[in-house]
Amino acid sequence: MKKPALDEKVERVALMRKQLVRVLDDDGSAVGEWVPDLSADAKIAGLRDMMTVRSFDARMLRAHRQGKISFYMQALGEEAIACAQQRALRPGDMHFPTYRQQGLLIAAGYPIVQMMNQILSNEQDPLKGRQLPVLYSAKSHGFFSISGNLATQYPQAVGWAMASAMRGDTAIASAWIGEGASAENDFHAALVMASTYQAPVILNIVNNHWAISTPEDFARGASATFADRGYGFSIPAIRVDGNDYLAAYAASQWAAERARSNLGPTLIEWITLRRGAHSTSDDPSVYRPEHESEQFPLADPVERLRQHLVALGEWDDDRHRDLQHEIDTEIESAFAEADSHGSVKSGVVPSPATMFDDVYAELPRHLREQRDQVGE
Amino acid sequence: MTAMTMVEAIRDAHMIAMERDDRVVVFGEDVGFFGGVFRCTQGLQERFGDHRCFDAPINESAIVGAAIGMAAYGLRPCVEMQFADYMYPAYDQIVSEAARLRHRSAGDFSAPIVVRMPSGGGIFGGQTHSQSPEALFTHVAGLTTVVVSNPYDAKGLLIAAIEDEDPVVFLEPKRVYNGPFDGHHDRPVVPWSKHPLGEVPDGYYAIPLGEARVHRTGSDLTVLTYGTLVHVAETAANERDIDAEIIDLRTLVPLDVDTIVESVVKTGRCLVLHEATVTSGFGAELSATVQERCFYHLEAPIVRVAGWDTPYPHALEWSYFPGPERVGRAMQEVLAA
Ligand SMILES: Cc1ncc(C[n+]2csc(CCOP(=O)(O)OP(=O)(O)O)c2C)c(N)n1
Ligand SMILES: [Mg+2]
Repeated sequence: MKKPALDEKVERVALMRKQLVRVLDDDGSAVGEWVPDLSADAKIAGLRDMMTVRSFDARMLRAHRQGKISFYMQALGEEAIACAQQRALRPGDMHFPTYRQQGLLIAAGYPIVQMMNQILSNEQDPLKGRQLPVLYSAKSHGFFSISGNLATQYPQAVGWAMASAMRGDTAIASAWIGEGASAENDFHAALVMASTYQAPVILNIVNNHWAISTPEDFARGASATFADRGYGFSIPAIRVDGNDYLAAYAASQWAAERARSNLGPTLIEWITLRRGAHSTSDDPSVYRPEHESEQFPLADPVERLRQHLVALGEWDDDRHRDLQHEIDTEIESAFAEADSHGSVKSGVVPSPATMFDDVYAELPRHLREQRDQVGE
Repeated sequence: MTAMTMVEAIRDAHMIAMERDDRVVVFGEDVGFFGGVFRCTQGLQERFGDHRCFDAPINESAIVGAAIGMAAYGLRPCVEMQFADYMYPAYDQIVSEAARLRHRSAGDFSAPIVVRMPSGGGIFGGQTHSQSPEALFTHVAGLTTVVVSNPYDAKGLLIAAIEDEDPVVFLEPKRVYNGPFDGHHDRPVVPWSKHPLGEVPDGYYAIPLGEARVHRTGSDLTVLTYGTLVHVAETAANERDIDAEIIDLRTLVPLDVDTIVESVVKTGRCLVLHEATVTSGFGAELSATVQERCFYHLEAPIVRVAGWDTPYPHALEWSYFPGPERVGRAMQEVLAA
């Protein structure tokens, strides 16, 4: 597939909203104009990021089965997108994620134990037990506080990007949304704002084909693709193989460079599949075709990058096994540490008085009185 | 009679309403094929087809806006917000449109819709799966606001809501979907099958909107409450051997003032309970109403117990939730004054 110049006219990239950017072919070779300039070490780092997300998710699901945490959401099958985009952007940029972009934090080197403390809602939870598990916040790592309300982050990302532009900054914003939530008003509101003000923002739509029990076409309607959404706003929009780490990196980098060069917003529809349940509260067997995962044409992102590295002569089974072992050990010991700080289930949680902090910058009188009553 | 959970009773109400009136249509997120994340609409699509019960895109404002349009055409939509916490995108449609359509068109158009929503905490849902936004609706002229506490009422009230000529906001405290939660989160869940209000008549019945139910008679004090806290109040009264009269308001607007006044005049004492944040909560309306109408019969100040004025916290859920301990202490306070 052709890779357009950064400032290519929007009409000339219009067809890309119907096509699919890929780099890795079925044999694991990197082909075409979108091949990113990445060293073998950078690719191995990408593999490690994705494997860490996967191992992290598996451990958290186990913790849920063990009754240690109240809730969890995994990113199984979608790891490449967030992991690659994090590495393609710069420190100082700001992501406005959904609950399925744990890859952004992991690829940014955010401490795993901190993530687990949040999930356990324990005494060390950076969010003081206030938020549902996985609704992280990490300004230090370019990660905006996640809301439980879908789509609200999308116009906020545009506003952050506009502010950066207004101040002559080079930082950009990246908005994230699931294909299902792109039906919300806020999604469309963000597009009109981004288009009008040509905000330096990446507008990601992760099309994992499911919104809880509802297939993607309910949100897509009669459009052929979600990338079509960009067209009416004259926002360049591309569709990308989200299970292809190299394509994810290249497309993110292209969109980021466009934003940083003052060429405005880019919309990216990522094609992937939610391989697992929506969350630990969900049972997909009721609504999901049985063999969907095996039949999905885009193969597993971890396996594809691994195959590519093997083909390059940079990787082999032993190294893979060692890496897996190293990651699993790291995750296991992080969990042991986090678990030692208590959990929502063991009742070792922040003190009730902390509930009244941060409602306002200063504790007002009525909350001071309520805080005193809680202690009684 | 059949023993039902509140989920089953709500499902049954849908079935009966859809059977009796082919103008009734049901839709919302995950509502059709799947039958709703709490399974309240399970089986409807299979039984009535996907023209009568269907999935909606994730857009609450479109769901309510479309419901209003369908109602204007002549249908009777009953729609679901997946959680009350997610109704905000629909708030404009509910408040500025559904609520006022009859008035602004001088009766030319109306919006006989039902907007159902699971509300309240107690399931470790954190700040976006635990809210009780009833006061955001009771403050709006033109809306009828219902909060149910048990299967029997849920069925009869939902049928009445669907039959009503005006928009009804129907809150379903999710913590009592499967049993009458007594507020002791560390004790085993009691199922509805062990509770008299889990006995639900078969077939059609409607409970008129605007009528409270005396949940438990007593003479020491009147407890005005609704939803989950009806059961918490009962537990607290039993634990402290207090002869409390507990009134389950069921419909908040229009409010059953007669039942309230009759009880407070009898007991001379009043405790107001709800889970929603205390400031400008519906309890303020209740206190004012009692004060205006029963002042000379009151032997003690009215006391409110409600959620603290903070977002609903995840880990500190049970420090936030007004449980039997806080409620019981407040009852004693009202009695001692
Ligand atoms: C405003 C709002 N409405 C509904 C929900 C409930 N909800 C949470 S996730 C979800 C599905 C979202 O699907 P999608 O956007 O495709 O993201 P995915 O879960 O596939 O990553 C729904 C309906 C919500 N959180 N917020
Ligand atoms: Mg999705």
